[in-house]
This record gives sequence, C-alpha cells and structure tokens, in this order.
Amino acid sequence: MYQYTAAELSSMLKKKECSAVEVTESVLGRIHAVDDKVGAFITVTEELALQKAKQVDEKRVAGEALHDLAGIPIAVKDNICTKGVGTTCASKMLENFVPPYSATVIEKLERCDYVPVGKVNMDEFAMGSSTETSYFKKTRNPNDLDRVPGGSSGGSAACVSAGEVPLSLGSDTGGSIRLPASYCGVVGLKPTYSSVSRYGLVAFASSLDQIGPLGRSVADVAMLYSAICGRDNHDATSAVREYPDFAASLQADLKGKVIGLPKEYFGHGVSDKVKDAIMKMAHDLEQQGAVLKEVTLPSTDYALNAYYIISSAEASSNLARFDGVKYGFRAKDYNGLVDLYEKTRSEGFGDEVKRRIMLGTFVLSSGYYDAYYKRAKLLQQKITAEFHNAFEACDVLLTPTAPDTAFKIGENIGDPLKMYATDICTVTVNIAGLPALSVPCGYDGALPIGCQLIGAKFSEQNLLNTAFAYEQSVGGFNRIPQIR
Amino acid sequence: MEYEIVVGLEVHAELNTKSKIYCECHNAFGLEVNTQCCPICMGMPGTLPTLNEQVVEKAIKMGHALHCDINRICKQDRKNYFYPDLPKAYQISQFDVPLCEHGYVEVMVEGKVKKFGVTRIHIEEDAGKLLHGGESFEGSLVDFNRCGVPLIEIVSEPDFRSSADAKAYLEALRSILLYLDISDGKMQEGSIRCDVNVSVRPKGSDTFGTRVEMKNVNTFSGAVRAIDYEAARQIEVLENGGTIEQETRRWDDAKGVNILLRSKEDAHDYRYFPEPDLPTIVVPQEKVDELKASITELPNLKVIRYVKEWGISQTDAETIIDNMEKSEWLEAMMKTGNCTAKAAANWILGDISKYMNETGKSLVETKLTPEKMAELISYIEKGKISNAAAKQVFEILLTEDRNPMDVVKEKGLIQISDEGALEKVVADVLANNEKSVADYKNGKTNALGYLTGQCMKATKGQGNPQKLKELLLAALEA
Repeated sequence: MYQYTAAELSSMLKKKECSAVEVTESVLGRIHAVDDKVGAFITVTEELALQKAKQVDEKRVAGEALHDLAGIPIAVKDNICTKGVGTTCASKMLENFVPPYSATVIEKLERCDYVPVGKVNMDEFAMGSSTETSYFKKTRNPNDLDRVPGGSSGGSAACVSAGEVPLSLGSDTGGSIRLPASYCGVVGLKPTYSSVSRYGLVAFASSLDQIGPLGRSVADVAMLYSAICGRDNHDATSAVREYPDFAASLQADLKGKVIGLPKEYFGHGVSDKVKDAIMKMAHDLEQQGAVLKEVTLPSTDYALNAYYIISSAEASSNLARFDGVKYGFRAKDYNGLVDLYEKTRSEGFGDEVKRRIMLGTFVLSSGYYDAYYKRAKLLQQKITAEFHNAFEACDVLLTPTAPDTAFKIGENIGDPLKMYATDICTVTVNIAGLPALSVPCGYDGALPIGCQLIGAKFSEQNLLNTAFAYEQSVGGFNRIPQIR
Repeated sequence: MEYEIVVGLEVHAELNTKSKIYCECHNAFGLEVNTQCCPICMGMPGTLPTLNEQVVEKAIKMGHALHCDINRICKQDRKNYFYPDLPKAYQISQFDVPLCEHGYVEVMVEGKVKKFGVTRIHIEEDAGKLLHGGESFEGSLVDFNRCGVPLIEIVSEPDFRSSADAKAYLEALRSILLYLDISDGKMQEGSIRCDVNVSVRPKGSDTFGTRVEMKNVNTFSGAVRAIDYEAARQIEVLENGGTIEQETRRWDDAKGVNILLRSKEDAHDYRYFPEPDLPTIVVPQEKVDELKASITELPNLKVIRYVKEWGISQTDAETIIDNMEKSEWLEAMMKTGNCTAKAAANWILGDISKYMNETGKSLVETKLTPEKMAELISYIEKGKISNAAAKQVFEILLTEDRNPMDVVKEKGLIQISDEGALEKVVADVLANNEKSVADYKNGKTNALGYLTGQCMKATKGQGNPQKLKELLLAALEA
C-alpha cells in the first residue's frame, strides 16, 4: 500500500477500502525494510503513528467529517519542533532536545489527523546540500545508494522517493527542499516567504527560511501545502491573506501561459543532459499551448555571494543561543563561563555549521558590515526587482533545479565552494522570497533530473497547475525505485 | 586649574505593560523564579517574537513628553552578545532608527529652569537575572522571569554640568514616567536603572574630555555619588599629568568607589543587524497624534509653574506634584479663587498629607472636596474662624458630606472679630482682674497671657485671639 500517493490513499480511506492502521503498518513495514539502506529517519515514532492511525479509524467509523490528510503518514524534517518528540536538527548540539511545544505546521497537521511516522535526517542545522553534514548518519539517494539525496532536506526527499511515506515536510533556505527533490526524483515546493508559519522551525536564516511539502505527485504537494499555509499570530512575518484549496483548484490548462527561460540559468556549469531535459519539458509545455520566451536576470551571477552573506549573518545570530546554558549539549570539563561557551560550541557543532557561524560573524563585524552585509542586502533588492520585471512578461520561469544530477557521497564534502555551487539555481528564489517548485523532468540513467518552476509571490496555484499539466502529459511522477 | 563636569545619562525604564514585549507572559516583579516565562522568552529553538503594541504606544507617549520627533516607521535590531541571562544570545533592541529622537526636557534645578537634550528613546527587551550561589546552592542559576520585560532606553545629550543637574533630570524623568502611567518607577525593584557617562574639561573649554561609562548605578542618590566620585578621580588623574582612558567602570555604591570593568580594547562588537523575525514598525499618524493629545501638563512643567506663578517653594511644589492627587487638589482649590496658594499648599503638606499617611487612604475615599477645603481655608484667611477651629471642621468634613459653614455654625466656631463686642469683653476682664492689671503695669508682662486667656474664656473660645491681644495692649498702655 506504501506505493500509493497520498491522494490515492485518501480516497481509499474515504471509501473504507483500507484503514489508516493498514496504511500506517504498510508504511512502517517499508521503513523497516529499506531504511537501514536509505537512512532517511532519525526517529521513527512507530507507537505514536499506530495510535494516531487507530484514532483516525475510530473517528471515521463514528462518522466524523475528516480532512483529506486524515490517516496519511507524513515524515517531518528534524528541524521542525514536535512536542514530546526529539528535534535534533541533525546536530550533536540538540541530540537530546525534546521540545515542550510543537511548530504551528505540526499543530495544523494534528488538526488534520495526520499520522506522524517520524523525524527525518538533514544537513546539520539545514546547512549543506547533501545531508552529509548530519551528525547522526548519511542518507543515501534511493535511486543510487552511492549518491547523496541532496540537502539539506535529504531525509525528507529520500523517504518520499523510497516509498517510506507518501508525503514529508522539509525546509528551504537556499534550495533545501528543491535540490533533494530534484536529486531524488520527487516533487518539492518552496512556498512564498511568509505563506507558511515559521513558528517552531529551528531558524537557520530567518529572512529566507520556509517550510514546504515534498511528495510523489503535484496533487499531493498541493494538498499538504493547503494544510500548512496561512497567517499565524505567532509568526509576525506571516502574511495576512486567504488561500485557496490548492489541490481542489488544480487545472491542467496551459493555453496562452507565457513560460520564461532565463538565459543565466542555462550557462556554464549546467550539464548538457540537464539542459536537454529542461528544454524537452519546455517543448512539452509549448505543445500544450504555452508560449516560450527567453528572459534575462542579469544579477543571477552574484546571487550566491549575497545568499551566503545574508544566510550566514542571520545564522551566526540564530545559532548563538546554543551555548550550553539552557538546553542541548554542554561540554563536560570547562573552567568558567567563556570556557563553557567555547568548549560547548566547539564540540557541539560540526565543521560546516562552524564555518557559517564564523563567516556570518565576520560579515556583521564592525568595519565590515557595510562592505558585506549591507551590499548583499542591496543586491537582494536588485535581484528581487529583476524577478519582478520578468514576471511582468511571464507567468512562470523554467530553470534547472540543479546544474547536475546527484553526486557521489564524499565527492564534494572536502570542497565547500563546489558544494555551495550546487545551490546556484535555487538561492535567488529565497533571496527574492518567491515560490518555486521542483518536478522530475527526466533521468540520466538511474539519476533523476529536476526542473524548477519559479513564480511571482503567492502564485503557487499557477506553478502547481503548470506542473500538473506536465505531470499529466508524462503519465505521473510516482515512481519508487528499487532499493539496492 | 578649574574643571567643568560633563555628564550624559542612559536611563532604562521598565514599562508597566500587562504582558512582556514579545510573548504573552505576565510582566510582573517578585514572583517565584522561572514561573513567568515561556519557550519564547526563554529563547527556545524555533520560537519567534511578536511585538506587544502597548510597548510602542507607551514609548511614543514618553517621546511626546520629551518633545521628541517620532519615527512612526522604524525597525528593530539584534544586539548580539553572550551572557547566561540572555537566552537568545541577542537582545532585540533598536539601533540606527529609534522610535523617538531629538527631544529635550525642561527641569527646575535649584530654582533655575534648565533645558536638557534628549538624544533618543528606543524600545528593547530586558534580560533575565543571575542568582549566584553561595551556601544554598553551587554555581549560578538563571531566573528568566524578567526576560522580555519591555524597556525604554532614554539617552540624554551630554548636557549636565553637575551631579545636581543629573539628579534633577532623573527625578523629572521618573515623575513623568509615573504621571503618564508608563512605568511603576520603583527604584528598589530595578524599574529604573541608569548608566552614567562622565568626563571633565578645563572650565571654558568647548571640546569634550574623554568619557568614562559607569554601570550599576541603581539609585538617584547613588548617581550623585558616582558622578562626584568619578569626576574627582578624573581631575586627580589629570592634575597628576595622566590621561583619561575611554573605558567602562562599575560603580560600587556600598564602598563608594568604582572599578574598571573593561577597557576600550575589550569593548563588545554587538554586530547589530535588522531583526529578521519582526516586520517594520509602522504607527499610523493618527495614532501618533492621538497619543500626543492624551498628554496633559507634565510634572516638570508644573513645578516651574507653581514656583513662578504661585510663589510656592520648589521643594513644596515637587512634594505636592509627586502625588498626582495632591497636585490635582491644589489645582482645584486654586481654581475656586477662594484661597491663596501658600495656605492651600500648607494644608496639603500638613493636615491632608498627615491624614493620607496615617490612614493610607486617598482623598477620593473621603467626603471632603477641594472646593470645600478651599472654602474652609478662606474662613481662616478672612479671620472668620481660628486655625484650631478649622482643624476640627476638617476632621468632620472628611467623614460627613456637609457644608463647611454649617459645621462651623453648629459647632459654634465663628470667631468674634467685631471690635465693639471685643472691647466690651476686654473692659469687663480688666475690671474684674485688677491684680493682674497692676502686675502688668509693674513690669510683669506675662500677666498679658493670663488676661488674654480670661478674654478667650469670656468669649467661650470664639474671640479672635489676635484682636483681643491688640485691644488688651491698647487698654493697658493707655
């Protein structure tokens, strides 16, 4: 049963063709069967999942009106706080941290009666593009176990790809949902900044972070996005607005839709196979009535610099609270307060996190602020304005999600700059606060290629519709690889 | 060489809002440790701040009171530093765009009106409190109850030239905070705290000396001691050919000395940057105007008016104004035009204050009104009743809602001032006390007291004692 999409399971549950307990047992069985190879989960909440599933079944028997997600197993990235269930951020620093509260998105899903199956692996504090910086384990790409699943939401993408769950939540600061979705061959949505509450998401870069859904179909992603978006009084940056039912509003009509191809995203560094796959998809959309248009976003080349300055600056401040005083890891032997701080943070954080904290601390330092942080913020305005111009002429922009397919485990870990370059197609979207969707658009052998659809703020429906039209024409994205 | 002291003050005032600045926790002092806190004010991972609008309103009110420009569009910033009482390891504050700036305040100092510049007022959150172990426990513990209590920081220009200037300014700020219901102003609970910047320069110089910042000044009298000590220290250093280093020192009020906390090289780099978790503050112009209109005459300006227009001493004016009800009574009594300010002030500082202190009651809880009080005072001033009689009537009016004159009449307290009637009494007394008259004429002047007493007795205490004495003297000297 694990191989069905969430929408299919939801329909079966409604028709009482199966029970939530059966679905949950099937999913847990799959986790038991493949996760020691895939390594997606940090925590599997088996008992909790079965207990919730049982409750859903009871509610259904009692004739209660239930949400479409009722009884659907969903995995959650381990930087989203879950009351009573460990939330580690894949860091030694929070190895034993059990939050006394749940993130707003979790509370929303609880009201939908979702089945919480567990917490999934990620790069430590969401810093990375391969999930290799996790303190706990490596997660492997289900399509090729020698390769990375992408990151930082590598666990969220791998567990969906491997059929361990139909849906998961990830977070995306510079591509952390889209890159692993692309590498693992699933659908991943990075929503418009401010549309999903960040309350309870352990912050990496507050002005860029967004929680978003991953699934094996556009409809599933639309359904989960509908369940988590909306104004939250606990997040002052969340937008005050109404949202449609994205899944119910899906339409495969592309007639007259203008699809922009920004030339900077097809430049050097992007592999030919990726370019070919994207163009093939573009022509498919054209055949369905869309109009292709080449556009230019000239500041794209500087985006990566701006991104690493802004995100590291915010991270250096956001991660300062992990000081060994209140919660999480505390170094054993220390002599006085400063030593406590130094030892705790030296031992508790991994190399990549420390690298970003140092970078962020540097760019905010007196005398350097104007040269780095301030200029990066100006560049942010420029990039945002260029996107704004592009959306005057286009409905959607089509780009590769990543310059290439998944790389081998260990291949880039010693070369941070090479690792950072994998985010080159995705960071601009976070910098401009836009929504973007990654969908599978072909394979290079066993390795999936992802296409990124970028839209204007709050144009998620339009992105989902475009992807839905493509999904229909290629006969669906739901393809669980054999794990070997 | 003669030196001039230059002082600037940074005052932190805790606001008396119901809840904290960024969460819904109760803003209260003195409760059991770590009972007034939540994941947000404890800075737990994933939590986010949301701004309490009351904080902005109270800060704007203070801005208006200090004649500031209000930046109705402004932002909040993070001030990053590590300390165990700061759970997020940054304080949310305001850096380059404070809510209020470019203001001033007029204060009476030793009878003279002085104007002191206010650089800025910004909003920020308070930190927690460290409890250092001793006999009861090892190490140090943190109490997060105070974490996230809203503060305004009021930064002055370096406009004070003496510790007396600084003290007068601090007292004026405190009375304004209380008047506008912005802070409870309780010094002993740390509701108002200040950092003091001191420098000295040769008298007549127009450039500033190097300033030294002093922390841990917790009382206004402590501020005076700290300023005088630091100025003397700097002058001594200069007189001995030394130079002043820019540094931060810690004031120890018990020992009356300060000690070096950190030198310029060790100064923190706070790495301020805009708080990404909070949107820009935008206060509608109408709200700014509405808050301005809500401000009535402030205590510092009242002092000036009482002294200048009514001739009350500065000390008396400050004492009355310190209590809003007393000040309201004085204003209401003066409005009747029935009494002089001096008499009204004396009654307020005398019998009225005595009553309030002894009973702990406010005047609203009595039957007395300022109008009746003014009328009663007018009887004394017109010689209708004696001061002693007025005190009797005052006691009755506190508990009974009656016309003062009715009480005076009922108690038979009208003073006899009619000269004809009194002359007759004097004549009778002199006639009946020949021995005393003889004594007086023989130089025993204390016989006059006895005779006055006899006159009072004859009028059943209602004779005007002053008049009777005058008439007796006239008769005896004739």
